[in-house]
Formats: sequence, structure tokens, C-alpha cells
Amino acid sequence: MSILWKRKDLVGLKDLEAEEIQLVLDTAKSLQEISLRPVKKVPTLRGRTVANLFFEPSTRTRVSFELAEKRLSADAINFTSAGSSTVKGETLKDTVRNIESLKVDLIVMRHPASGAPHRLAESLPISVVNAGDGINEHPTQALLDMFTIREKKGHLAGIKVAFVGDIVHSRVARSNIWGLTKMGAEVTLCAPKTLLPAQVEALGVRATSNLEEAIHEADVINLLRIQMERQSESYFPSIREYANNYQINRDVLKHAKPDVLIMHPGPVNRGIELSSDVMDSPYSVILDQVTNGLAVRMAVLYLLSGVRNRAAKKASVHS
Amino acid sequence: MNWLIKKAHVVDPKNKVDATLDVAIKNGIIRELRKDIETPNGETIDGNGLYLFPGLIDLHVHFREPGFEQKESILSGSRAALKGGFVAAVTMPNTQPPCDHQSVIDNIIRKANEVPFYLFPAATLTKGREGKELSEMADLKKAGAWAVTDDGTWVSDALLMRRAMEYASMLDLLVISHAEDHRLAGGGVMNEGVMSTRLGLKGIPAASEVVAVSRDVILAELTGARLHVTHVSAKGTVEQIRLAKQKKISVTADATPHHFSLTDELCAAYDTNFKMMPPLRTEEDRLAICEGIKDGTIDAIATDHAPHTAEEKMAEFQDAPPGVIGLETALGVTLTELYHKGVLSLSQVVNKLSREPAKILKLPSGFGEIRVGTEANLVLVDVHEEWTVKKEDFVSKSNNSCFIGKTLKGKAVATISRGTLWQKQF
Repeated sequence: MSILWKRKDLVGLKDLEAEEIQLVLDTAKSLQEISLRPVKKVPTLRGRTVANLFFEPSTRTRVSFELAEKRLSADAINFTSAGSSTVKGETLKDTVRNIESLKVDLIVMRHPASGAPHRLAESLPISVVNAGDGINEHPTQALLDMFTIREKKGHLAGIKVAFVGDIVHSRVARSNIWGLTKMGAEVTLCAPKTLLPAQVEALGVRATSNLEEAIHEADVINLLRIQMERQSESYFPSIREYANNYQINRDVLKHAKPDVLIMHPGPVNRGIELSSDVMDSPYSVILDQVTNGLAVRMAVLYLLSGVRNRAAKKASVHS
Repeated sequence: MNWLIKKAHVVDPKNKVDATLDVAIKNGIIRELRKDIETPNGETIDGNGLYLFPGLIDLHVHFREPGFEQKESILSGSRAALKGGFVAAVTMPNTQPPCDHQSVIDNIIRKANEVPFYLFPAATLTKGREGKELSEMADLKKAGAWAVTDDGTWVSDALLMRRAMEYASMLDLLVISHAEDHRLAGGGVMNEGVMSTRLGLKGIPAASEVVAVSRDVILAELTGARLHVTHVSAKGTVEQIRLAKQKKISVTADATPHHFSLTDELCAAYDTNFKMMPPLRTEEDRLAICEGIKDGTIDAIATDHAPHTAEEKMAEFQDAPPGVIGLETALGVTLTELYHKGVLSLSQVVNKLSREPAKILKLPSGFGEIRVGTEANLVLVDVHEEWTVKKEDFVSKSNNSCFIGKTLKGKAVATISRGTLWQKQF
């Protein structure tokens, strides 16, 4: 199966083909049952070392990657640093080269600067997985979102997905836009105009500031976290007004399809973008997303290590 | 020293010369300009097949001295300029300390005398470039400042700007505006539009420049100051300046080679050599700038030569300092993109790179023209030579160019500056 995967890195969904996304999702499906076994471990990546580099605070993504690595028997090292390493006078490239010198096979990186993993991937021979770069992309989150939709709805083509929240600052939204549109889903973005990116319709999506209009025909509502500090930056007048106009709650869901799925990449501000009762209702698949994230990240690690395997074999033939 | 340049095609729009002539230079002074000069002594330079322009003048460079000599020095910057065919440049005052005191101007002028190159320093508009109090403009002018500007830090206080422009106009000092409303720029790192959305980088709307230019133009009308809008990057700015000129407001403008030849699509690989302020904008903006250059709305071409070390440019796109070098590629890019593509004639190229800058600065005769009896400040140009821009070929201390790898058509092959032959590459 891995023979179809040719990329050294996963830096974003922008450059991926639909077939490649399909492959990750199918691979994740086949790896899902490992986590249901009494012994939740396979030897696939035994002897491989993965470095998790987090230059920005993260709990769930880091834990999810770490567990995915453990389930595949890889050795994992963790490196966390608040802020970019350049603050300390060392370039990102030098930091990573140091880690590469420890003979690491794969790097999982989160970085506050958009494009950081792209430039790193270009300059390193080893695989780089983007675990979130600035406000640009968070590919594994979008893949697990798509996996969850496919699991619940059976397919992605023709599915209508509405994103509600801080779109302009959201790497989750951007990766989902690239991924979902490639898979034939229809994407609607909904936020106050101040939180919508410039000329975003050019990416093949619909944008609106009217919540009812956005969710009316939606099969899935994917909510994005509202950061409290955006209020002081004049993106909206108050959390109260935001919640009054954009919160998903029982009342609002009267305008939605009865089988609509509620998703959220977490962490949720209960009572702001999402009411507690809806969060704990059967509409919500938020915890399924977390579970599926593990399988999707295992699939990504597995596919990328396959490329490395073949490269190593090829090298040994020629040497 | 004496030189005789034989059979070069002389292009001097100011004196309406456009013909193949000989030029005799004695003791650094142009003594004769006519056909078939016989030389009794000195070196003969064969100008056959080459063009002779008045030496180029750059209205906007950063030579980083004092304070940031790791990026560039007055010496290295001047050498890069001479290689590119320039004989004079206006240095920006964002040094450390800022150029807000006569001692800094003295230092710049003294250092420039080590090479045959003219520096016309711009001093700060406000003390310390802090946008709070006026700089001592009269003193600065006496020390040798030719213009005032806070460059990268647009003066957002409209009252202070009014006073500054009134004071500068009293002294007949040119006021240069790097027009960008910083609040409106919103912490962006590239042009706001489809590309910033695609790349997940924070955008700077073109409006942040247009709003600032509009205010400055209105204040120029109010105060009568000579306003110069530097590095125009947006279509809306071209429109505002065109309108102001129709209303006879004393405003001039320049655009950079990167803004008239490149667009924000080049940010796609997060290459920090495409990060500059103002940012590269869209094809629509680029075409409007070319149109403005053609119709005279934009008077001059300036480089905004902004050297940064390789280490600084290694940072991530959002963290890297903005700016690119331009002195060694400006003529090549102008000839390639504007002359060879039919936007400008060679006379117009000379206007944009030499005659108009001299006029805007009110330089004495001999600059921006080729005049008998004045010091020789000239550049010999091969408009057909094709060459590839290479990182290792830069004379500048830095190599943060956005044209690396590009093949250009046209090059300065010899520069005579301050009456001295500085380089000859043929």
C-alpha cells in the first residue's frame, strides 16, 4: 500500500493530491483496530527514532503524536521550547541539525512561524511532519477531521461543511479548506467579517457572516476556538456579542439538519463558541476526533517511514 | 587623469543629445563632447557599441553605517553602487545612532570621501526617528543633509507632520515619505490578498500605503513642502500621486526595480529574499506602477538598497528583517523589464535613473546630464549584454537579492565617478 506514497514530508494539504489524502485516510482505517487490541502495539517502526519538536505550547497534538509513535514502536524524543529558537540566537535550522545529528529518522514539528516546516523540509534529508505552523496549516488535524466525517457520513464528496469561528487565524481551517475541496466537499466559512481572510473565496469556498445561512444545509459544523485576546485587538466588540451571534446551541441547531455533526479541534471554550448541552449531545463527535487523530497520525508516520525504507534499500543497492 | 571615450552613443535627454560622439576628460573634467576628437595624451576607452549615460543617482539606499556595519558600510555600499553604474546616492537615516545630529552627517560625508562617490545624506524628520519632536533641520542642512525623512517609521501624528513639512519647506529641504500607516498595516509581513490567504501569512493591505500617501499629499498642498513619495508599491498610490500632480501639488515619486518587475506570488516558497517593506503586491499593482513610470506620475527609479546579513535572512519569513539589495541589479532590471520590453526609451531610462533624481534633489549642474566644463560622472552601458545574477558576485557586504538566478539584459560596464575611472569590465 505504501508504494503509492512518494513524499518525504507532510508539510501541508495544499500540495497534496486527492489520491494521497485518500491513501492516508485508508491507511488510518486499517491501523485503527490496533488501538482496540489488548496489546496496543505493533513493531512497524521498531528501531526508528522520531523527534517531536514543539516550539509552541501544545497538549493534545503532542500527546497524540507521542502515542502514535509508541503504538508503532518508534523511539520518541521530545523537545519543547517556548517561542522560536531564534529568540535564543540559534536558527531553527541549526537547532534541527543538532537533533538530526543524533540520527533521528523523522521530525514532527510545531512552530509559530508560517512556512517554518516548509523551509526545513527543503534543507533536511529526513522526513518532516508539520504539526501546525503559524496560521498556515495543521495537516494532521484536517486529515483527522476528514477521517471523522468519512467515518460518520460514509464519504466526503458532496458533503457540506461549515466552519464557524476565528477563520483568519486558523491553521485548522486552512488545511481543511485545501483537503475538503480536493475531496469534493463543499466548504462554507462563517465569521464576523473581521475574522475572515482576505479574498478567501478564491480558494473555492463560500464565505458569509450569517450563521443561519452557513449552517442551514450543512452536514457538518466544524467550530473554531475563539481567542479572548482578539477582543482587545478590535476583531469583535465583546465575547458576549460574539456568543450571541455565532454560538452553536440548541436554538441555533433548529435551523440545521437533524443529523448534523458538531466538530471542534479543541480546546473548547464551553459557553462561548459552543453551548455545553450541545457539546455533550449526540450531535458532537469531538471525542471521536481525538480518537481518530491517533490512527491518522499513525498512518502518516507509517507512510513517511515507508518512503525512507525504500530510499535506504535503494542506497544500499547502489553502494 | 585623462581619458578619451571614443564613439560611444551619448544619451543625455537634458541637453537633447542622442548621438555617437567622443568625450574628452582632462583632470576629471569633461573638456570636449563632439565627433572625432584626437587625443594628445591619456587613456582611450573604446565606446563602440556602448551607450554613455550621465552617472546614475539613487534616491534611496541604506548603507547601514553607523551601527550596522555587519550588513553594509559606506565604503562597501559605495563600491556596490559604483559597480551598478551609480555615482551618487541618498542614504536613509535609520542608522544607530539615527542620522539626527550633524556629527552623524559629518561622519557619513567623511567616509564617502574614501571612494569616488557622492553621498547626499537624508537626515531624520524627528529626533531619534521617534515621531515626537522635530529634528534640528537647519543645523542638519548646514552639516550636509539634502532631505529629511523618518523612513521606515511613517510620522503618524498629522500635526507634527504638518509642522515638519512647514519647517522643511522654509529650508527648501526635500521631505521623503515612506508612506505606510503602521496601525493599518496590522503587523503584516506580505501583501494582503489571495497570496497571503494561501500562504497563511499576515497581510498588509495596499490601503495602508494609499491612506498614508493621501494624507501626506494633502499636507504638501497645505504647507507647500516638496514631498517625495518613495518606493510606490500600490495601484492606489499611483492614482493619488497622479491626481496630486494634476492639482499642481509639489509631489514627486519613485518606484523600485522589484516593485515594477515582481509580484507577491514569489513569496510562495517563504523565501525571505522576497520580504520587503512595502511588500511585493499583485500583477495589477505592478502594471499600474509601470504605467505610472511611463506617463511620468512616477518620476524616478530608486533601489531601496537594504542589506541584511545571511544569518538575519535565515530567520522564518515572519521574523526575518524586510528588505533587499538593489544597487548592482537596478540598471540591469530596468533595461530588461522596461527598455527591452518597450515601456521606456533609453532617454526615459536616463531620466528615471539620473536626470529626475538630480532634479528632485536640486543637485548642481553636472549631475543628471553630460555637460562640458563639469566633473565627469558617467556610466558606459552595454544594453545587450546578458548576464546571470549570482549570489557570489555581489560587491555589497550582503547578498539578499530577489533577483538571484535571473538573467538580465543590460549592464554598466564602466563607471567614471568624481572624475575618476572606477571600474571597467570590458
